[in-house]
Amino acid sequence: MVGALLVLGWFFVVDMATGPSGMPLSDVINALLAGPSGPDRASATIIWYLRMPQSMMGVIVGICLGVAGLQMQTILDNPLASPFTLGFSAAAGFGAALSIMFGASLPVPEYLVTPIVAFAMTLLACLIVYLMVRALGESPEILVLCGIGVLFLFQSLQSLLQYLASPEVLQQIVFWLFGSLLKANWTSVMVTGAVALFCMPLVMRDSWRLTVLRLGDANAASLGIDVANLRRRSFIIVALLTAAAVSFVGTIGFVGLVAPHVAKALVGEDHRYSIPLAGLIGATILISASVFGKMISVGGVIPVGIITAVAGIPMLFLVIFSRKRQEK
Amino acid sequence: MTDQNLVIDRLTVVKSGKHIIDNVSCQFATGQLVGIIGPNGAGKSTLLSAVAGQGRYSGDIRWHGRRPDASDLGYMPQACRVSSTLTVLETVLLGSHERLGWRVSEADIERATAILDEFALAHLASRSMRTLSGGQQQLVLLSQRLVREPKLLVLDEATSALDLSHQISVLGMLRRYVAKQRALVLMAIHDLNVAMQYTDQLVLVDNGVLAGQDAPQNVLTQDKIKKSYGLAVDLVPRPNGRPVIAPVVMA
Repeated sequence: MVGALLVLGWFFVVDMATGPSGMPLSDVINALLAGPSGPDRASATIIWYLRMPQSMMGVIVGICLGVAGLQMQTILDNPLASPFTLGFSAAAGFGAALSIMFGASLPVPEYLVTPIVAFAMTLLACLIVYLMVRALGESPEILVLCGIGVLFLFQSLQSLLQYLASPEVLQQIVFWLFGSLLKANWTSVMVTGAVALFCMPLVMRDSWRLTVLRLGDANAASLGIDVANLRRRSFIIVALLTAAAVSFVGTIGFVGLVAPHVAKALVGEDHRYSIPLAGLIGATILISASVFGKMISVGGVIPVGIITAVAGIPMLFLVIFSRKRQEK
Repeated sequence: MTDQNLVIDRLTVVKSGKHIIDNVSCQFATGQLVGIIGPNGAGKSTLLSAVAGQGRYSGDIRWHGRRPDASDLGYMPQACRVSSTLTVLETVLLGSHERLGWRVSEADIERATAILDEFALAHLASRSMRTLSGGQQQLVLLSQRLVREPKLLVLDEATSALDLSHQISVLGMLRRYVAKQRALVLMAIHDLNVAMQYTDQLVLVDNGVLAGQDAPQNVLTQDKIKKSYGLAVDLVPRPNGRPVIAPVVMA
C-alpha cells in the first residue's frame, strides 16, 4: 500500500511538471511555492488553475473507477466486469451528446451543462437497471442482462444524436467521448472529490461483507449476509462513483477493469486491502497515462482516455508474469 | 422429560405450486447429532434451509422459544464449491465476519487455526481455496461454520465429498462438539450405514412428509427402507444394537 502511494506520488509530481507549455522544472517549483496568486501570473495560472486540477482530477477519477470496478467484479462475480458493464458510460455519453447539441438553451453556466446532463443520464441508467432488477430478481445474471440492455439502448441513442449532429457538434461529442483530463477544473475536482469522499466510507464499511461474497451467494447468505441488499447498495455506490468520474472528464475505459485485477494480484481478495489498493492503482494508471500522453505529443496532449490501456497493460502483464513465477 | 429446544410446527414449503415440504412437525433436544435421511428429492435440503431461515415457508420454527437468528446458526448449504483465491485461513476467519474489526485479533486467528488443526488442515492455511479439492473445500467450509461456535448447526450433506475415513473423523468431531457445546446438529446424510452408526437420532423424510423420527435402528428398518428407497436390504446384526445395512442386489 505504501509502495503504491509512493509510485502514485511520483507520477503526480511528474504530471505536474510536464505539459505542452514546456515550463522548466525550476519555474514549476517557484510557481508552486509562490501559491495561486504568485507574481508570475502565467506560471501561477498554468500550475494552479490548469495542471493542479487536472492532476488532482486524474487521481480522484482513477480512485473512483478503480474502486467501482472492484465492487462491480465482486457483486457480479465476473472478472470481466467494470464500472461501464451496466451501461453507465453509454448513458453519460448520451447525456453529454444531448447537452452539446441542445444544452445552450438550459439556464445553467455553460461549463456545467455537460457534466450535469451526463450525471443525470448516468443516474437515470442506474434507476432503469435498478427497477428492472427489483422486478425480475436480484441475481448477478439478471443484473448483467438488464445492464447490457441499458448499455445498448443508450449507445443507440448516442449514435442517433451523432448521426443527426452537424460536423462541428459531432467533433465536440467525439472529443468528449475520448475522455480527457483537460476538461478538469477546481469545480470538477470539488464535486467529484465530494462524491468520492461520501462513497468511500460506505464501501469500506462493507469490506468484510464483500469479501464474504467472494465465497458465493449461498455461502454468504448462510453466514448471515443479506446478499440482495448488499448487491443493491454496492450497485448504487458504483453508479454514483462512475457518474461523478465520467461526467466531467468523459469516458475513460480500461482503468476500472484492470486496476482491480492488479490490486487482487498484489493483496488478494481481502477487500479491506483490495478496495483502497484498487483506488490507488486506478489513480496511478490514469496519471501515468496522462504523463505518457503529454510526453509523446510535444506541444500538445493526447486525451488520457485513448492511452490508459497503453499505460495499464504493461502493469497488468507485469503482475500476471510475477504471479505465475511465484506459483512455480 | 428432556426439553425440546428446536420445535418445527406444521412446516410447509411450496415451490412452483408443488408441496416440497408438507405439514412437517418434529422436535429436538440439544446435545444430539440428528441425521436427516431420505431419497433424492425427498425434501431434506428444503427442510434444512427452512430451519436456517432461508427461503419462504409457512408454519413455525422455534429455537428456545423464538425464531433462530444468525448468531444461533451455523448453516452449510449443499454444494458450496468456491472459486475464490481467498486463503484457507481467511476463509475460516470469515465465518465470524460480524465480530471481526478492522484489525483481526490474535485470538481470532488462534481460534481459526485451532479448528483447522482439528481437521488436520493447518498445513493448508495459506493455500488458495480454488486450489483445494472438493473434499478439502468441504472441510474448510465446515471449519468456517464451527468458528462461529453455533448452538444450532445445520449441515446439508457436509460430508458428501469426503472419503469414508474423513466422514467418520468429521462425525466424531461433530459428536465431541455437540457434547462440549450442548449444541444440536441437524445433518443431511446419504450413506445409510454412516447414518445408522454415527447419529443419535434419525429423521426420515419421504416425498415431503415426515416418515419417521426415532433412534437410528428404529427408523432404518427393512420395511421403511423398502418403502422410501424402493430397496431390499439385509440387516446384519452388530453388538451395539445398530445393524449394518447390506443392499440385496438383484442380478
